[in-house]
Amino acid sequence: MNLVPFLISGVSIGGQYALIAVGYTLVYGILRLINFAHSDVFMVAGLVMVYMTTSLPMQYALPIVVVATVALGFIIERVAYKPLRTAPRMSLMISAIGVSYLIQNLAYYLTGGLAKPVTNLIPWISDTITIFGQVTKRVTVITPILTVLIVIGLVALIKNTKIGLGMRAAARDFEAAQLMGIKINGVISFTFIVGSFLASIGAMLYFTNFPSVAIGSGGMPGLNAFVAAVFGGIGSIPGAVVGAFIIGICQELIKGLGASAFSDAFTFVLLIIILCVKPTGLFGEKTIDKV
Amino acid sequence: MLTDKQLRRKQFILVLAVCLVVLAGAIILDATLPSYHIIIKVIKKGAVYATVAVSMNLLNGFTGLFSLGQAGFMLLGAYTYAIFSIPVAQRAGVYMYYDGGIVQFSIPEFFAGIFGESFGTGFGMIVTLILAGVIAGLIALLIGLPVLRLKSDYLAIATLGFAEIVRALFQWAKLGPLTNGSNLLRAYPDFKHCTAYILITAAVVAIMFLLVNSSYGRAFKAIRDDEVAAEAMGINLAKHKRLSFVISSFFAGVGGGMLAMYMGTVQALSFKSAMTYEILLLVVIGGIGSLTGSVFTSFVYVAAVEWLLRGLDSGKFLGISAPGIFKNGFRMAIVSILIMVVVLFFSKGIFGDKELHDLVKKQPKKAKEVKKNA
Repeated sequence: MNLVPFLISGVSIGGQYALIAVGYTLVYGILRLINFAHSDVFMVAGLVMVYMTTSLPMQYALPIVVVATVALGFIIERVAYKPLRTAPRMSLMISAIGVSYLIQNLAYYLTGGLAKPVTNLIPWISDTITIFGQVTKRVTVITPILTVLIVIGLVALIKNTKIGLGMRAAARDFEAAQLMGIKINGVISFTFIVGSFLASIGAMLYFTNFPSVAIGSGGMPGLNAFVAAVFGGIGSIPGAVVGAFIIGICQELIKGLGASAFSDAFTFVLLIIILCVKPTGLFGEKTIDKV
Repeated sequence: MLTDKQLRRKQFILVLAVCLVVLAGAIILDATLPSYHIIIKVIKKGAVYATVAVSMNLLNGFTGLFSLGQAGFMLLGAYTYAIFSIPVAQRAGVYMYYDGGIVQFSIPEFFAGIFGESFGTGFGMIVTLILAGVIAGLIALLIGLPVLRLKSDYLAIATLGFAEIVRALFQWAKLGPLTNGSNLLRAYPDFKHCTAYILITAAVVAIMFLLVNSSYGRAFKAIRDDEVAAEAMGINLAKHKRLSFVISSFFAGVGGGMLAMYMGTVQALSFKSAMTYEILLLVVIGGIGSLTGSVFTSFVYVAAVEWLLRGLDSGKFLGISAPGIFKNGFRMAIVSILIMVVVLFFSKGIFGDKELHDLVKKQPKKAKEVKKNA
């Protein structure tokens, strides 16, 4: 059995998961919130891409996708999460689930509920190339490289800039960071902007490989990316990326072995095992409960 | 001045009166309307949602365990009900790709043979529903062993993951002789009258009410309010969490069985996480920690979505005709905006943590003492 094509596409899928997973992990690191709406932001990016690329030339369409997705992420944070800053964590999580429900229903209404075919592919990255004797699209090769570059850029941003310092401080201790004069709302908004930006890039790469975008399209990649973030240790960026590549490769290999029905179930088996054995994930920090 | 005894009697009379009015209403509707009428359908579906919402409220509202596995347990219940109640004669047709399946008996038919056609079938259906709950509860016991050690959001993801695994497993072709693979299960019996649904739901709510007001219920609430403090006060955390999880899953399984009855067909594909989200939002709107709220909101939500707001999807609503705006999906968009408004601005929900009998609380101070003494 030849597993090479599955390995190649696994690395590519892993890269796309990584771009979504970083969005989850950044938000969790600061707000301790599982942003259930993130996978829907990803789906909306896909839908906007379909609409824009069919009506506008590519050089306008793609920036519009990025701007629209970033705006959506920003608005979600301002409207649904900011008013609940002092509320219990459960309320925040419920609000996130509510937003996810709302976005899906709005998207259904606005698009008419039918899957939108991806007809107008982004040129150059969807060309066919040959690598290791396997025929594939160029996006397969570009994705992991682009992902790694973006993540290195992001880590540099967090390490070296003032806003990055704010993000690190807020992740370490939310209240102390506020007391030290960090404008916490700005930092959180910036976090959502970065997360949505990565999700929009991820969506462009992901949906180029798919025949259509539907309302539920964000669900599975979103959950997989989320598991990747937990697997790597939620709150840790390198952890999310490593976890995403591992999950992407394993899923594709399982498909290659002929058990495609279980490729998604595998993710959750892995999740439950990792949560029971090492709940903080590969690179996570340990927290201690105090009364 | 109301004494404690008088107050309790008044509360009891109020609850009894509401129950009797609802029951009488259901019986009258059954007698006057055909079983395919939209009102009957709404009551049936509302009863299903109320059952599941109440079960979720026990876990998320009273015990403070944020679990998102409800759809998975409903799926287990729905499949158990369907598998064990399809008439033997129909099995060859339903399991046409799997030689009639491996289960070759039907519990309702078995009891029909003992107690006669009409009573026996109904009794057998109830037995099958309880079996559906038992299977869901047993699986919950197993999955709870590792999963309940996790804290808040990790628990949420693990249970969400469990629901997805169950959904994938039940569509697996190798389990086809039992689950019919990714094909539909159908042709199983259903209660024709909505009164039966109301009675089942009432029984579930009554059991739940007794439970949350027992010493176990108080232990659950203590765990919700402060886990570490509850443990320090001598509450066995693992035991009580497991108990709450298993009981909640039992009733989710019963609710799943009822959903199977209501829908007429079962397919694993339809038990998505969106179903869990929908029910969680119902619990939140009704009030986390209020059984009355969960029941009330379930019926109102189902009535609104399935019946009263239909016009929003089909062009005409309240006499306003605007086919451009009132098109497919507008109804759910409006409903989800309303849900978000409640979540953001009325986070206590409609009932907060009050119940139906709290309506007769004349003197708030006095009533508080009643609770303390109880």
